[in-house]
Amino acid sequence: MPVEKTSSLIKRSVFIENQVLRQILGVCSTLAVTNAMTNSLVMGLGVTFATMLSSFTLSLMRNYIPHRIRMIVQTLVIASYVILVDIVIRAYLPGVSKQLGPYVGLIITNCIVMGRAEAYAQKNPPLPSLLDGLFSGLGYMMILLMVSFIRELLGFGTLFGIRILPDSFEKWTIMVMPPAAFFIIGSMIWFLNARKLKREAAKEDTRK
Amino acid sequence: MIAPPISPVIIFLASIITSNMIFANFLGTCSYISVSSEFKTASGLGKAVTMVMVLTNALNWLIYRFVILPLGIDYLRNIIFIMVIAALVQILEMFMDRFLPDLHANLGIFLPLITVNCAILGATLFMVIRNYNFIQSVLFGLGSGIGWWLAICMMAAVRERMAKAKLPPGLGGPAIAFIITGIMAMAFVGFSGIFTIQ
Repeated sequence: MPVEKTSSLIKRSVFIENQVLRQILGVCSTLAVTNAMTNSLVMGLGVTFATMLSSFTLSLMRNYIPHRIRMIVQTLVIASYVILVDIVIRAYLPGVSKQLGPYVGLIITNCIVMGRAEAYAQKNPPLPSLLDGLFSGLGYMMILLMVSFIRELLGFGTLFGIRILPDSFEKWTIMVMPPAAFFIIGSMIWFLNARKLKREAAKEDTRK
Repeated sequence: MIAPPISPVIIFLASIITSNMIFANFLGTCSYISVSSEFKTASGLGKAVTMVMVLTNALNWLIYRFVILPLGIDYLRNIIFIMVIAALVQILEMFMDRFLPDLHANLGIFLPLITVNCAILGATLFMVIRNYNFIQSVLFGLGSGIGWWLAICMMAAVRERMAKAKLPPGLGGPAIAFIITGIMAMAFVGFSGIFTIQ
């Protein structure tokens, strides 16, 4: 399999195959941590780190792992990196760690990390796998920041904990509650799908 | 390490209604969205999740209390929990294949999926973070499982009816599933205040 160029890899893994909106992977944490931008940023960096390094490691080991037990090996490698992330966050950002609660540990079962290992790192050399993991993680972080921008701005009137909207702004309490997360992600997927369909229809027209 | 003074029954009810795994904690949403297009399959997965959740919560509580804490290896707990879950699912599958072939035919295909369902690990982590005692943990697992089952069944029932509806372009599939979940979550917010366990 020819190795794809870095520029096309970036475009593919950040935009065209965006893990959250296109593949509907890793949505649990996307919904859960996005009521504050700080939490989203930390979570996004954690997932990016874990995806990048576990893809790299698994790709290095790809010729030595027996096919039948690869799932368990993948889980072990991923879990080791997630423990690193957990310890670092707990040591340097105890406040954020408390708010994220179990969701840092849950990066282990975040489908993005295992999805990249299974779909890409298994059959590609280490360096492209590293980049693939890095940019898939950044694509995830981008969506997280977009969702939390809307939720924190309208729900608390702040961004990264800094007040942006005046005190007279009526806060939308619904935005910090669970339902809003579902509505925002749903609308984003709808918007992207509708745009894609329209673009495909336009392409068909020009071909005729 | 003192268990919170909450009755296990309250924990059980709260984990179904007010702290529902999907509507309040967003756990297990991946398989919830992707396996909810058919009622029968969804219900099968829900049952399997409930069973595994009760067993893993019980087992992980024992391991946490009698192995991890005495040895002081708290930093390894995530890796131990996920190994326990993977091993338990594997053993359960072999056990069912040997002794309960009917049940295996119904639920067997879902079991491998469950290892990476974040609701299972999530239930374990919540139980550890909140210092539940053994009975509280088991009932929390049972309640969370039933709550998840309820949610995926409701979703599948709605989606089966909706298959015939005409939707605006692009809204079909996951997009509408998220929006429906949002509406259901709003309904569940109405229960908040009856019990609190956080």
